[in-house]
Amino acid sequence: MTHPAAVLRAPSRRRNLRRPWIGWLFIAPFGAIFLVFLVAPLAYAFYLSLFSKGLATGTIFAGAGNYIKAFTDPEFLSGIWFVIRFAVILIPIQMAVSLAAALVLDALTTRLSRFARLAIFVPYAIPAVVGTLMWGFLYSPTFGPLTDLFKVVNQSAPEILSSGNIFGGLLNIVVWQWAGYYMIIIYAALRGIDPSIYEAARIDGATPRQIALRIKVPMISSAMALILVFALIGTLQFFTEPQVLRPISNGSITSSFTPNIYAFDLAFRFSQFNYASTISFSLGIVVFIAVYIFLFASRKRRGGLS
Amino acid sequence: MKTKSLLAVVSAGALLVTLAGCSPDVSAGGSTDSAGGDAGSCSNTIVNKDAPQVSVWAWYPNINTVVDMFNKSHDDVQVCWSNAGQGADEYAKFSTAIAAGTGAPDVVMLEAEVVPGFILQDALVDLSEHGADDVKANFSAGAWKDVSSGDSVYAIPVDGGPMAMIYRADIFAKYGIAVPTTWDEYAAAGQQLKDAGGPFMGDFGSNVPAWFTALMTQNGQKAWDYESADPQNIGVELNDSGSKKVADYWADLVKKGIVDTQDQFNTDYIGGLANGSYATYVSAAWAPGYLTGAGASTEGDGADWKAAPLPQWDPANPVSVNWGGSTFAVTTQAKDKDLAATVAKELYASDEELQDGVDTQTIFPLNQKILASDAFADTPVKFFGGQTANKEVYIPAENAYEGYTYSPFTTYYYSELTKAMVSIIDGSKSGSDALDDLQGTMTDYAKAQGFTVK
Repeated sequence: MTHPAAVLRAPSRRRNLRRPWIGWLFIAPFGAIFLVFLVAPLAYAFYLSLFSKGLATGTIFAGAGNYIKAFTDPEFLSGIWFVIRFAVILIPIQMAVSLAAALVLDALTTRLSRFARLAIFVPYAIPAVVGTLMWGFLYSPTFGPLTDLFKVVNQSAPEILSSGNIFGGLLNIVVWQWAGYYMIIIYAALRGIDPSIYEAARIDGATPRQIALRIKVPMISSAMALILVFALIGTLQFFTEPQVLRPISNGSITSSFTPNIYAFDLAFRFSQFNYASTISFSLGIVVFIAVYIFLFASRKRRGGLS
Repeated sequence: MKTKSLLAVVSAGALLVTLAGCSPDVSAGGSTDSAGGDAGSCSNTIVNKDAPQVSVWAWYPNINTVVDMFNKSHDDVQVCWSNAGQGADEYAKFSTAIAAGTGAPDVVMLEAEVVPGFILQDALVDLSEHGADDVKANFSAGAWKDVSSGDSVYAIPVDGGPMAMIYRADIFAKYGIAVPTTWDEYAAAGQQLKDAGGPFMGDFGSNVPAWFTALMTQNGQKAWDYESADPQNIGVELNDSGSKKVADYWADLVKKGIVDTQDQFNTDYIGGLANGSYATYVSAAWAPGYLTGAGASTEGDGADWKAAPLPQWDPANPVSVNWGGSTFAVTTQAKDKDLAATVAKELYASDEELQDGVDTQTIFPLNQKILASDAFADTPVKFFGGQTANKEVYIPAENAYEGYTYSPFTTYYYSELTKAMVSIIDGSKSGSDALDDLQGTMTDYAKAQGFTVK
């Protein structure tokens, strides 16, 4: 007579053997797309970045030579320096605006809050290109309202797209475009907090402001960290807005304005695919380092808090 | 912020910058209707289905009509046309196809200024081996030189941009200004306008390096000493005394506020031209067509545009220069190069096709069949209030044009020249200093790219 356990064990062992194979089958569609459209192009771009080709020379193996050139290339470094400065100024503003909006909306319970939520979110729903074009027209000295506004006080309107002011002009566009999106993430995190905590806080005598700053903000810190990483990566890869504004920027947006624009121009305007690949990978390295520094710092700090 | 879609950026450029087919390349802009050189993706209908097909990329606004005319009149070959974008957008796709070794069309529309760069990438076929000389007589010596290197010919010219000055006769009349014939008179007229509180005399836009190159060439600049047959060697001379004189001249006009420093080919500039912010537009033969298409209409707003020859440095020895224009070249990826060369020679070259280009103000034809015809010369140009501008200004300018030697890295040079122009505009460098620095930058670049600098 067979032991019942042995009867049970036999099919279960067979199932165990089959399981890994079925698992691979399930991720195969994703795996294939991942390999073909992400891993393979990355590998090919990396391969390209190891070679060097001048217009008048053949392709030669350069090894790390292109990378050494990239990290000593003043054009690339000035682009990196620009996006880092941009991130350092943009991200706090963006966080403050979206956090403030989310906290206010979370506290409000009127019908107005629903409308306001939508209104703040709309800029994100507008394609980046369309939004930037719209701002381009608003900034325009001929078509924009600024000239008329400044005429009222007898001043000449500032040229927002001039090389001195373009930083602020782009800052405004990006905050406008993305604050709504971040606001929604923070708002969703706020909605996820158990309301009984607020009740307890109120019983303990906390004011609404104390509830906001001492309870809500610490409880959504992981959402804030997520936003910060998104914003950091997005800003270091800054491309669309300056590229769209380029034809009306009177030369203040150059071909090495941001690292991504530089890579784009090198490849598609100056026919230097190898060096463009190197610039792309070098930017990837910078992004990786920046995100790593941030995650490392925030983990330490959170460890200290607990 | 994120690269949501490159395509979106490209088509956004089309919204912001509406360029006519014959206008020169600016840093961005154009439309992306469709791409691909495969026979399956023609944007036109094939009339004779049995005939072999040649794929063509082109962006002339009336190219659809021209291709239909061509296909109806040809039994031996049919054109399969698609629009791969305008100027820089098409070149980006073409460069990618060259690097990939596949995907390029048989015949490609190029501006003459980018031809040597593509020759260097082994992308273009020498048409002198495919009967280019058959059509040589149809073009002025200058137009032919623009597409030749030594005895080799790499493209067939279609459309040109002999430069001239268009001006607002009403503004000149109001301020009592005579039409300037020299650059000294131009500056003096500008000063007069400024003193009287009038509009800007003209514009020095940093995004038109091709324009500035032409103006320096007018005063004797011979920037490049280069032949495609000898691709390892190049001579660079951007800071000769003639060029410096031109650069300092414009720097002075900018400093005195006589000319504006607005980028061109965008809505602000077109708006300024339409509303009388500028008394002149130093431009090329495509200007009336381009401005009409861009909506800078002359009707109902009292604007009275007229054309006059380009002001000269030495009126005793006038020099004619060119800005913009386009050609057809045969790519090395063409399956049947003879057949492709036939298309490059014959497309947009019949009387009917050229006439459509003239009627729609799409091109300034370089083909002498039209250029030398009385009908073309005597056509009153509506934009100029009926002035026969072709006869008076543009045809003589084209016939006097002697051609230009382009470098194989024109896009990079233009990008650097734009930076130099920005530094002239913001006053951080004098015209001469900007050119000296540019000379250094371009020499270093040529060396870094593996050229021996002569």
